[in-house]
Amino acid sequence: MMKRLALVLPLFPSHAIAVEPDEILGNTILEERARGISAELRCLVCMNESIDDSNAELARDLRILVRERLLEGDTDEEVFQYIVDRYGEFVLLKPDMSGSNLVLWLTGPAIMVLGGALGVRHMRRRSPAAVEDEVLTREEQSRLSKILKDNAAHSDANG
Amino acid sequence: MITEIGHFSLILAFSIACVQAFVLLLGAQMRWSGWMSIAVPAATLQFMLTAGAFIALTWAFVNSDFSVRLVTLNSHSLKPMLYKVTGVWGNHEGSMLLWVLIVTLFGAFAAWFGGNLPPLLKARVLGVQALIGAAFFAFILFTSNPFDRIRLPPFDGQDLNPLLQDPGLAFHPPFLYLGYVGLSMTYSFAIAALLEGKVEAAWGRWVRPYTLAAWVFLTVGIGLGSWWAYYELGWGGFWFWDPVENASFMPWLATAALLHCAIVVEKRESLKSWTVLLAIVAFGFSMVGAFLTRSGVITSVHAFASDPERGMFLLLILAVFMIAGLTLFAARAGEMHSKGVFSIASRESALVLNNVLLGVSAFVVFTGTIWPLVSEIFFDRKLSVGPPFFNTAFTPFMVALALILPVGAMLPWKRARVGRVLRQLSPAFALALAVVALLWAIQTGRSILGPVGVALGAWLVAGSVSEIWTRSKGNAARALRFPLADWGKAVAHCGLGVTIAGIAGLTAWEVEDIRAMSIGDEMSIAGYSISFEDVARVNGPNYMATRGVFALSRNGREIGNLYPEKRTYPVAGMPTTEAAINNGFFRDIYVVLGDRQHDGGWTVRTYYKPLANWIWGGAILMALGGLLSLSDRRHRVAAGARGTAAEGISA
Repeated sequence: MMKRLALVLPLFPSHAIAVEPDEILGNTILEERARGISAELRCLVCMNESIDDSNAELARDLRILVRERLLEGDTDEEVFQYIVDRYGEFVLLKPDMSGSNLVLWLTGPAIMVLGGALGVRHMRRRSPAAVEDEVLTREEQSRLSKILKDNAAHSDANG
Repeated sequence: MITEIGHFSLILAFSIACVQAFVLLLGAQMRWSGWMSIAVPAATLQFMLTAGAFIALTWAFVNSDFSVRLVTLNSHSLKPMLYKVTGVWGNHEGSMLLWVLIVTLFGAFAAWFGGNLPPLLKARVLGVQALIGAAFFAFILFTSNPFDRIRLPPFDGQDLNPLLQDPGLAFHPPFLYLGYVGLSMTYSFAIAALLEGKVEAAWGRWVRPYTLAAWVFLTVGIGLGSWWAYYELGWGGFWFWDPVENASFMPWLATAALLHCAIVVEKRESLKSWTVLLAIVAFGFSMVGAFLTRSGVITSVHAFASDPERGMFLLLILAVFMIAGLTLFAARAGEMHSKGVFSIASRESALVLNNVLLGVSAFVVFTGTIWPLVSEIFFDRKLSVGPPFFNTAFTPFMVALALILPVGAMLPWKRARVGRVLRQLSPAFALALAVVALLWAIQTGRSILGPVGVALGAWLVAGSVSEIWTRSKGNAARALRFPLADWGKAVAHCGLGVTIAGIAGLTAWEVEDIRAMSIGDEMSIAGYSISFEDVARVNGPNYMATRGVFALSRNGREIGNLYPEKRTYPVAGMPTTEAAINNGFFRDIYVVLGDRQHDGGWTVRTYYKPLANWIWGGAILMALGGLLSLSDRRHRVAAGARGTAAEGISA
C-alpha cells in the first residue's frame, strides 16, 4: 500500500505515532540524547522516516536499543557506530562526510563560490567604468568610417 | 459510452497538439502567416477536448462507474461526494490527465489573452507549448490510460486512501500542478525567444505574469501540503525533506529566482541570457519533480526497475526537452546583448546575489534528493539523505538571503549608496537586535535558533515597512497610491519573514509530552492544563472512530474541549489519526490519542507548538503578495500589451 501511495502522492503520508510512554528513560538528560540520536536514524522498513517518528516495530526495537546503549554509558558517537556496524550506513539520515559523500556535502559551498565569482565578474563587466572604456570592435570601426565616408560623399555630391 | 467519448477526445487532443506544434513552429520559421493563424483555434480546441476527457473521467467517478478500472481502484460508492471528485486526481492516471489539462489551459490562456504578442513570438510560444502537451498526451495514452475498462466490474470500489480524504490534501495536487505546469509557459517563452534570437524588455514583461502565477500556485500548493502534514500525520511535523516534497520545493526556489531576474530584464535589459537559462531550468526542475513522484525511482531503485515503462517515458520527455532547450541556449545565448549598465552597489547587483543564493539552495536540495540514487549506482554505497542533512546544508543560504533581502530591496537601480540605505534601515535593524535580546532573556533553555530566526523574521517585516515608509516619506495617502506591484513585493517579503519566524519558533520552543493517561487524569504542559474526560466510539460515513474528550484550561479558566480521534477505514483497511488542535495566534495546543494500554489507560501525546500558524500565515502572505503583484495594472495589460515605459518606478 505504501509503495502505491508513493506513486500517487505529492507528499508521503507516513502515519506515525512513535515513542511510547514505556520506552521513556527516567533520566531526562539521557532521554533527550536518545531523542536526538533517534531523529538521525532511519527506520529501515519505512519511507524516509526517522525511528523517532515511526510506529513500526523495528523502529521501536531500535529506539530501545539506542536507550540501552546510552544506559551502558556509550557516547553518542559510539551509539551511532554500534547501529551502523549492524545495519550499515543506510540508517544514517545525515550521511557522514567521507569519501564520495564529500561531493554531496561540498556541492553547496562549491557552487556558492563559483556562482558568487561569476556574479561578481558579471557585475564588474556591467559596471559603468568597464562599459565606458569599451572601444569599438574592428567591424564597428569600419562600419563607422564607411558611414562617415558615405555621408561625406553624399554631401560632396550635393555640394 | 461517456468513458469512450472521453478516451476519444483525449486522442483527438493529442492529434491536434501534434498538428499545432508542427504547423506553428514551421509556419513561424517560414513566416507563413496563414499557418501561424491556426494558433488560437487550435489551442482552444485542444483545451476543450482535454477538458471533455477530464469531465468524462470525473463523471465516471461521480457516478461510481466501477467498470472503469481507475474508479474501482480509487473510489467507493459510500465515499463523500467531495472525495469522489477529488479522487479523480488522487491517483497516477487521473493526476496526469489533470497535468495535461493544465498544460492546455495555459496554452489556451496565452492564445486568448496574448492578443498583443507579436504574431511570430506568439506562434512559437504556442508551438512549443503544444509540443509539451503532445509529449504528455502520448505519455498518458501509451502508458497510463485512465479510461481502461474492466471486463467484469466489481460491486464496489477499493476506496481512496483515507489520508487523501481530507480537504487540505484534496486541493494540494491541483495547486502544485498549476505551479509546475505554469513553468511550461516560461519554458515556451524562453524557447521562442531563443528561436527568435532576441530578448527585449517586453519579453520580461510577458513572461513575468506566468512566472508569478506559477509561483503563487506553488506557494499555495506547498503550504496546503505542509499544513495537511501538520494536522493529519499525528505529531505535527510540517516539513520532512522528503524527495516528493523536495520535488515541489526545487521549482519553487527556481521560480522565485526567475521572478526576480525577469524584473531586471524588464526594467534594465540586463541578465537576459541568465533569465532565459533559468526559465529552461525551472521547467526542468518541475519535470524532475514529476519524474521523481511518478516513477517511484526515489522510493527504491528496484521499484523503478520493476515497472520501468512510465519512468523511462518521463525520463525521455525530460531529457528531450532539457537537451533541446540547453543546446538551443548554448547556440543562441551569445546573441542576447545586455544593455543596462550598473555599478556594484545597485539593485541589479542585489538581484544577482538573490539569484545566486536561490539557485545554489535549489541545487543543494536537488543534490540531496538524488544523492542516494547517485551514490548507489556509481559508488555502490547505499545510504540515506534525510532532514538532518538538509537542515545543515540548506539553512545557511536562506539565512544569508534573509539578511541581505531588506537592503537589496531598497537599493536604487543602477547606482546606489549602500550607506544611505543602511541608515534608512537602522530602525529595522535595531528592532531585530532588540527581538534577539528579549527572546534570549525570556526563553527557557539556550536555543540560538529561536531568537535568531524570529529576529530575522522581524528584520524582514520591519525592512518591508521601512521601504514603504521611506518611499512614501511617511505619507499614508501617498503610499496607498503606490503601484500594486510595490505592495505585492512588501507583502510577499513580510510573508517570508513571518514563515521564517514561525519555523524557527516552532522548532526551537516546541514542548512535547508523552504519557499514559486514564479517564479522569489531568496533566499540564507549558502552563496549560489538560484533563482526560472521556473516550467514545463514533461512526463516520466510511470509517469508525475512537474519540477522546479532553478539556483544555489555563489558570483555572476553561478554553475549550479537544476531540482527538483514531479512525479505521474498513474498506481501505487503514487507520488514521486525527489530532485535535486548539489554534491560537502565538501557539497551538495539539493533542493526539494513541493506543490503549494494557492497564486500561491510553497513550496521550500533547504538544505545545509556539508560532505554528505563522508558517502557513506567512505562506498565505507570500501568495497574497504574488497576487497583488499579478493584479498590478501593468501586468494585466502586459499579458499582451506593452505598458507605458514611464511607469517603471517599482519592482
